[in-house]
Amino acid sequence: MNLRKYLKVYKKFLHTSLASELEYKTNILVDLITAILSLVGSIFLLSIFFQNNGFIGGWKFEQALIIQAIYTILNGITNTWFNPNLTEIVKHIREGTLDFVLLKPIDSQFFISLKKINPSGFLEIMLGFLLLFFCIRINQINLNLSFLTLSLITISCSICILYSLWFFISTTTIWFVKTWNAIEVLRSFLYIGRFPLSSFSFSLRIFFSVFIPIAFITTIPSEVFLGLSVFWKIFLEIIVATIFLINSRKFWLFALKFYSSASS
Amino acid sequence: MLQNIIEVRNLSKSFDISSKEPGLKGTIKHFFRRQTKSLKVIKDISFEIKEGEIVGFLGANGAGKTTILKMLCGLIYPSEGSILVSGYLPFSRKNNFLKNITLIMGQKQQLIWDLPPIESFYLNASIYDLDKFEAKKRIKKLSEMLEIDEELFIPVRKLSLGQRMKSELLAALIHEPNILFLDEPTLGLDINAQSNLRKFLQKYNKETNATICLTSHYMKDITSLCKRVICVHEGAISYDGKLDLLLKKLSPVKEILIVCSSEEDAIKLEKSGFTVKNKIKNEITIKIENNSITSSLKTILNNFDIEDLFINEPPIDEVIGKLLIKKDYDI
Repeated sequence: MNLRKYLKVYKKFLHTSLASELEYKTNILVDLITAILSLVGSIFLLSIFFQNNGFIGGWKFEQALIIQAIYTILNGITNTWFNPNLTEIVKHIREGTLDFVLLKPIDSQFFISLKKINPSGFLEIMLGFLLLFFCIRINQINLNLSFLTLSLITISCSICILYSLWFFISTTTIWFVKTWNAIEVLRSFLYIGRFPLSSFSFSLRIFFSVFIPIAFITTIPSEVFLGLSVFWKIFLEIIVATIFLINSRKFWLFALKFYSSASS
Repeated sequence: MLQNIIEVRNLSKSFDISSKEPGLKGTIKHFFRRQTKSLKVIKDISFEIKEGEIVGFLGANGAGKTTILKMLCGLIYPSEGSILVSGYLPFSRKNNFLKNITLIMGQKQQLIWDLPPIESFYLNASIYDLDKFEAKKRIKKLSEMLEIDEELFIPVRKLSLGQRMKSELLAALIHEPNILFLDEPTLGLDINAQSNLRKFLQKYNKETNATICLTSHYMKDITSLCKRVICVHEGAISYDGKLDLLLKKLSPVKEILIVCSSEEDAIKLEKSGFTVKNKIKNEITIKIENNSITSSLKTILNNFDIEDLFINEPPIDEVIGKLLIKKDYDI
């Protein structure tokens, strides 16, 4: 893979999608306002849950805010990259425009996963980081190199898991043509990621760890921030992320053999 | 001797197609127990195309023309048989193969809708690893050939269909491919835009010696661009050869309208043994076989007092139309 070429193409992707989005100024403004209101609403909702005894699943409100911050960052990443690109796969397959992607001398997964960006998602990422820094302060977390490395690794793994899950569902469009509902279900499961895993019953904890690993996405990075995480959990998250990423790739290449293109 | 750039041997393709009965009952049945059947859309076809050739694929809707093109460019995996395009197996979609080909579809577009075409051109240039200087040079050359200028800087959504198609062509040709797959490129274009596009393709073929595989329902596209046609009927090839030979065989007679000096001459001509289609006063239309036109005209001009005569070619759409609905035409 020619890394320089891919960087150059990605630069063009950034340029063209920013230019496309900036054609519609009002839409961007509405998206920005929605991002702020959504974060405020989520924090308010979280505070209501903690009003009675101040603890959920052994987590304090200040600690649970870290999960909210990580969720906001991931949601920002989802809105910036995954949503505009991965939902487009369904359209590409239904309308047969995937033909143009497949005939380009560039990796098709790279092309369809990164071609577009939604700039308003950046604000959500920034808000997430602001909330995270606020949480670091109020929870008196000591910032050091190992802490930062572990945080980076776990958040990167969370992004990989989320991307792979979404990409996997979108790929099934090659057979099922319409998979909007499955993506909506995934998004609604993601909302669950705003709460600590320990706040759920045993059976739900198993479900969200094994079948749909939402737990890995927010809880483990948050535990790293609070110094609650144990090594095996981080190791497990790395393994899960690697397996998901490799398999999403394999599944895409396998699915392409069944692509029949839309009739013209 | 020109080399084969495309070689197809015993190619077949089957699709699983589901069918649904009408009405609510049919819908519910279709939802719970979908019945699919395997449909062979391409049936054991073989052909070769030489470098620089322009070949037209003719066939009725659903005959399998587009499926053949999509297998040739590597989008669809063949069920049986083999394809070699420029020495590559198309479906492996190697980068060197993809840099050599392009697919243009009249009904689908790759240009970014909200941005001027120039942005899509530079994006494609970076994908094909062209530097900015080279990309600029090629855009200039192709835009001159396509006669587009200001349109390059207007958002695609505001361009007319003809301008959009020209821009699509430019986007698809920026990497200077030597094999072009064109699926109904003139669809929906007005007569002038169609004619400009055909002129451009002729020029491109002449200048670059590119091989062009074309499907179109507009016979003018086929007659003005293709010397050779491959007729596809229900997934099988019913004719592969020169277009003029096909037309001669499909339409062995020509109609000649003869304006005689007087009605008496017309009556005399009517009784002289030619096949008469109709006669109105001093104008008579006769049918003459292609291979005896010269001798027949000589006889008519020597023996009758003729004011004027017109040789009418039968409309090509009508002639080809016959071929599209008949499986085993005797050709």
